[in-house]
Amino acid sequence: MFYREAGDFKTSYSKDNQTFPIKIDRVGYYLVLLVAFLVVPFMLNDYWVNAIFLPFLIYSIAAIGLNILVGYCGQVSLGTGGFMAVGAYACYKLMTTFPDINIFFHVIIAGGITGLVCVVFGLPSLRIKGFYLAVATLAAQFFLVWLFNRVPWFYNYSASGQINAPERTVFGIEVTGANTEAWATYLFCLVFVVASAWIARNLTRGMTGRKWMAIRDMDIAAEIIGVNPLKAKISAFAVSGFFVGISGALFFAVYLGAVEVGEAFGITKSFLVLFMIIIGGLGSIFGSFAGAAFLVLLPVVLKVVGVDMLGWPTDMVAHLQLVIVGGLIILFLILEPHGLAQLWRVTKQKLRLWPFPH
Amino acid sequence: MKKIFVTAIAGLMAASPVMADLVFPSLSYRTGPYAAGGIPFADGYTDYFTLLNERDGGIGGVKVSVPECETGYNTEKGVECYESTKGEGALVYQPLSTGITYQLIPKTTADDIPMHTMGYGRTSAANGDVFSHTFNYPGSYWNGASGGVNYLLETNGGDISGKKIALVYHNSAYGKEPIRTLEELQKKHGFELSLLPVDHPGQEQKSQWLQIRREKPDYVMMWGWGVMNQVAIQEAANIRFPMENFIGIWWSGAEHDVLPAGDKANGYKALTFHNVGRDFPVFADIQKYVVDAGKAAGAGDQVGNVLYNRGLYAAMLAAEAAKTAQEIHGTKDITASMMRDGMEALEITEEKMAALGMPNFGPSFSVSCENHGGPGLVGVTQWDASSKTWSLISDFKATDIDVIGALIAEDSGAYASENNIASNCN
Repeated sequence: MFYREAGDFKTSYSKDNQTFPIKIDRVGYYLVLLVAFLVVPFMLNDYWVNAIFLPFLIYSIAAIGLNILVGYCGQVSLGTGGFMAVGAYACYKLMTTFPDINIFFHVIIAGGITGLVCVVFGLPSLRIKGFYLAVATLAAQFFLVWLFNRVPWFYNYSASGQINAPERTVFGIEVTGANTEAWATYLFCLVFVVASAWIARNLTRGMTGRKWMAIRDMDIAAEIIGVNPLKAKISAFAVSGFFVGISGALFFAVYLGAVEVGEAFGITKSFLVLFMIIIGGLGSIFGSFAGAAFLVLLPVVLKVVGVDMLGWPTDMVAHLQLVIVGGLIILFLILEPHGLAQLWRVTKQKLRLWPFPH
Repeated sequence: MKKIFVTAIAGLMAASPVMADLVFPSLSYRTGPYAAGGIPFADGYTDYFTLLNERDGGIGGVKVSVPECETGYNTEKGVECYESTKGEGALVYQPLSTGITYQLIPKTTADDIPMHTMGYGRTSAANGDVFSHTFNYPGSYWNGASGGVNYLLETNGGDISGKKIALVYHNSAYGKEPIRTLEELQKKHGFELSLLPVDHPGQEQKSQWLQIRREKPDYVMMWGWGVMNQVAIQEAANIRFPMENFIGIWWSGAEHDVLPAGDKANGYKALTFHNVGRDFPVFADIQKYVVDAGKAAGAGDQVGNVLYNRGLYAAMLAAEAAKTAQEIHGTKDITASMMRDGMEALEITEEKMAALGMPNFGPSFSVSCENHGGPGLVGVTQWDASSKTWSLISDFKATDIDVIGALIAEDSGAYASENNIASNCN
């Protein structure tokens, strides 16, 4: 009744092409942005930011990045953890080498560096596909972690091999280091999330994105209709690497503050982000957010319910968590292989007809 | 889903009210590849506070609460645990993880909550002038490295030049800590050091032990944790490396590390900074007030294990520091900031430990503003596979303070200049 195209007249091409053609979606989008920027920062405390919002925002960027590669371009990657590590270490080296430059630019440059590294490891995708490519990116994962553990230059020769984010400010307000305010770190990450999602959304609905999807759906057919597979695949790796690098940089500099590569960026991280986009929905920006929210929130909710409310032993809750997350992933793959994004799409479809479906 | 979420938020709100108790959060790990070490430590830590509650009515008459939070030895979960418990009035954090320690050093300093990393964490935190809120008494990894080398010197009549020592270490911040010290000691004593990293979680060590078999080092030292220890000892047994020449750090010397290798593990040695076994009066009280009363933490089957004793020791030091803080500030309900003062003024004497039913359980020492690291006395224990017990074969002895002190000054100085930290003690 309320959620419908009818009556929403478009009088120009740009209006016809907009991301949210339905008014209620558009209003909702601006409302979410408004709340995220103007309301949430005032309601935050350290716990909410560090346990929920920062991981959610940062994993969302990683999921968007991986979704471009896997969901839109169809190139399976298990190297996300390694690429996040590139972003983190690039950011660390930049922060310590050029302390006068704003951290904001360091994060972006770290993303760029990761994009380049990602391209190098994406080159085999021109020859190999599917599972074989997954194995090649898995090699990237292990190689990068090994590299950052092995070469002391990357961690500035510190005795422990850890990297620690020094204090850096944006407009005089600390965003990294120990003395940060909750709202500052949140807003800093939010800016990157909104920008990433906006860029990703517009890339994927434009020419570039259509090329990626053509390659994903059938690479030979795409080549015949004039899509250059080299450019399409390499650009997907570059863009994906850029976003993943940004998320890695934020993960290290803003969220954790101190990182040990094997522990923070191990193979489990690659799988976690992959699960996010599978549960959220391949080939969907909304799905990246939904998947990240699901896998960040679920353990916290389970812990709060199990330990704080029901008073169960912590180890039992931790074990249950593994069981429940695993079970839910299987359940999702069986019931809704296209993820939360598809559920959302179906809901919207139903809403258009509601309450008179016939 | 929505319902769950609403109830979850309601629960979160309900879980936050300020409690009047003294809160000692236990960031434990009872799951994952490091659980074998995490469980006994967490049990010992909790049991000691339960004992204080049941027997003495808390510390200075104020009840103690020990909220537990599962970290799984994972830094992300560690941060979440820290944030979720600090609002409850946490007095001191003991994360039992070097990775989490590195993360919490700046955070705890900013939040004015002390952290005690007993025998782990960042060694240079011993310099209290720089690390105002981090304590690692009574000993650190560098004491451990030096203590191990001293023990070898002692057994070799004071000369180990030309001997080959291999270090098998967990390839993480934790395992890398002793390398600098060992390299310095290598220069001083003229032994040959070879480094063999083992990646997390440490189940795969075939190539490292093949290398040991080929290079035939005289001694192997190990900085391992969790499942890595068991595998290493099993592999050492497989290549018939003489166990009495195999020395682990204190995190590689508990019952569960040696039991899987059975008789072959006989003679394996480990360093320690506290006593082993349950031959102390305090265990009778624990049996009476905690175990028999059905209030033991976990399964209650860890009492008297090496790591259980360490948890107990950590809790004892925390409780004594809280008492000291109560005396200094003349109030029963201390805050985290007062707790920090108490830790800095902590003095453990033989009489104090005897009065607590723990005679000769650890070294006697006192903490000062400059020295947060304690005396760094290191003893050696040995495993007897037939009686399945650890026994102290070398008493707590001093370590090479010249070498360690210089390294601590260097590393903490670098940290201070990197982070613009002003002197804490003046």
